[in-house]
Amino acid sequence: MFPKGTKRKFSDPGEEPVSEEDQAPVIPSAAARTLTSAYSLQRQSLLDMSLIKLQLCHMLVEPNLCRSVLIANTVRQIQEEMTQDGTWQIMTQALAAAQCPADRLVATEVLCRQTDPAGQSPKPCSGAGLEEGYHAEEVVMEGDVETEVTMSTLSPVSPQLSSASYLAGPFGMGPCWEEEEEDGECEEDEEEDSEECASESEEGDRDHLSPDTRTGEQVFGTFEIKHPAPPPDPALEELFSDVDPSYYDLDTVLTGMQSAPKMGPYDLLESLSSHGPTALSSSSSCRSDLNELDHIMEIIVGS
Amino acid sequence: MSRLSPSQVPVLIPMDLMVEASPRRVFANAHTYHINSISVNSDEETYLSADDLRINLWNLEITDRSFNIVDIKPANMEELTEVITAAEFHPHQCNTFVYSSSKGTIRLCDMRASALCDKQSKLFEEPEDPSNRSFFSEIISSISDVKFSHNGRYMMTRDYLSVKIWDLNMESRPVETYQVHEYLRSKLCSLYENDCIFDKFECCWNGNDRIGFYFIEGAYKLQQSSFSIAHVPFSFPPPPPPSVVMTGSYNNFFRMFDRGQRRDVTLEASRENSKPMQVLKPRKVCAGGKRKKDEISVDSLDFNKKILHTAWHPQDNIIAVATTNNLYIFQDKVN
Repeated sequence: MFPKGTKRKFSDPGEEPVSEEDQAPVIPSAAARTLTSAYSLQRQSLLDMSLIKLQLCHMLVEPNLCRSVLIANTVRQIQEEMTQDGTWQIMTQALAAAQCPADRLVATEVLCRQTDPAGQSPKPCSGAGLEEGYHAEEVVMEGDVETEVTMSTLSPVSPQLSSASYLAGPFGMGPCWEEEEEDGECEEDEEEDSEECASESEEGDRDHLSPDTRTGEQVFGTFEIKHPAPPPDPALEELFSDVDPSYYDLDTVLTGMQSAPKMGPYDLLESLSSHGPTALSSSSSCRSDLNELDHIMEIIVGS
Repeated sequence: MSRLSPSQVPVLIPMDLMVEASPRRVFANAHTYHINSISVNSDEETYLSADDLRINLWNLEITDRSFNIVDIKPANMEELTEVITAAEFHPHQCNTFVYSSSKGTIRLCDMRASALCDKQSKLFEEPEDPSNRSFFSEIISSISDVKFSHNGRYMMTRDYLSVKIWDLNMESRPVETYQVHEYLRSKLCSLYENDCIFDKFECCWNGNDRIGFYFIEGAYKLQQSSFSIAHVPFSFPPPPPPSVVMTGSYNNFFRMFDRGQRRDVTLEASRENSKPMQVLKPRKVCAGGKRKKDEISVDSLDFNKKILHTAWHPQDNIIAVATTNNLYIFQDKVN
């Protein structure tokens, strides 16, 4: 079940800290030292998996509030336990020490923008919202040549997986939670964004570890049905149902994080990608079945 | 424009049966989250609808108005840690309903207590087993379905790994627990990874427990007060009514538990593996160790083939089982 050959992490209490150039030496607490490395690795990979799931929740065929709440509770549980062990602090300190380069942070922050004042963006969690999200990615990432190709297909995943952003502070309080809501608005007002993001990135640095109370609300706010969702464009769904599963591979995305500590065994993520095609193809085959059913119903009703 | 001549009479032409589903009434705009349950009341005038955070009460004849009877939405959505997963009216007491949550609790509410049923009359929750604790404990405790027994004395809940029978008079723990697929407990991390752990299985009672209704009513009253024997319509003590519960699993398997005889069986709904009119062969999943012939190992189960929806005819031994793309109807081979 768990991949073999996982990389050692800086926070592994039982072994010498891996020397990273910009890494401040950390001394694990007594409690952390008693944890077995296997358990803490498992826990860390579970945390990573859960955070990815939360951020990708709008890529599901059907949005599911119950699932998101359960995953969020799991993350909270892990975070509480890690706080008690002292490993949470170690991790956030290391993240703070290993900053992303400034331009990468800016690129990320462009998407971490304020919602409209009411916080009630009418964005149904559906294929249409997804479509906007994809377009948003292309618009925003124009200047970023090297990763442009991957970004435009990777869509909501890529900028959000800057681990410094999403693990800052207590769970769910990192600025990246907003991005789920923001995608639909990224198409507008790019110039305003760059102003906002300049101030936000500073905020982001200062408030790295402080909770951002809007974020959880916006994650769970995605599920509210504001008005009937427009029917998803079948051609568009067809196009994106073949998304390259390599978007699970963090290595492609986190090009700015060379010196950062690894956030979890990448073998696990690769095994995620091997699960990816099954999940994706089964959902797209379900959709094609539904289309067939619709077609049949049309024939029956129409005659 | 065609004109019928005065002597022509419209003729009835037999045609093939056409099935067309058309909505009769639309009850709109009362839910902002996904609806998970509807339940018609025993008064046959009202019904409830439940979404993740709210439950509304409707009159069947009135489509533009509903009453909110449960609301668990927090003021700050960031504080949301629990959602409503299922709700149902009591089969006989029209003021009573239950709703289940993602934290494994069931609340029984009485609508006479207050307009907004925030405080439950009863809270059913089984204490956690500390030896089985893991990061997945909460997820697998989430209740996916709740169903009253036909006689209204019990309710059944389905969580990820088990089916539990609760006596409405005992909130502290279920009276019976049946393991649906305990062999999955060691696979929870993989099932979390592929999202199967969030699958919502339904459960259902067999129809026959209604037979026992009159027996039990009479006997119950006899215990409570000084009824004379003449008021008891049948002999006392009554035999326990036959009671079977059913729920789905993976690999197109579904499970039945005979409560009276303490037996259970695993059956498969699949065209490849059984012909029509053939008695279903019981299946067995090999949890570990040596796999016997005809057993299926856990690792070869197909988790894409899930049976989430099952139903039992209210009177007869006929069941309906839904796989991903097919609906199977099975009946008891009695005579």
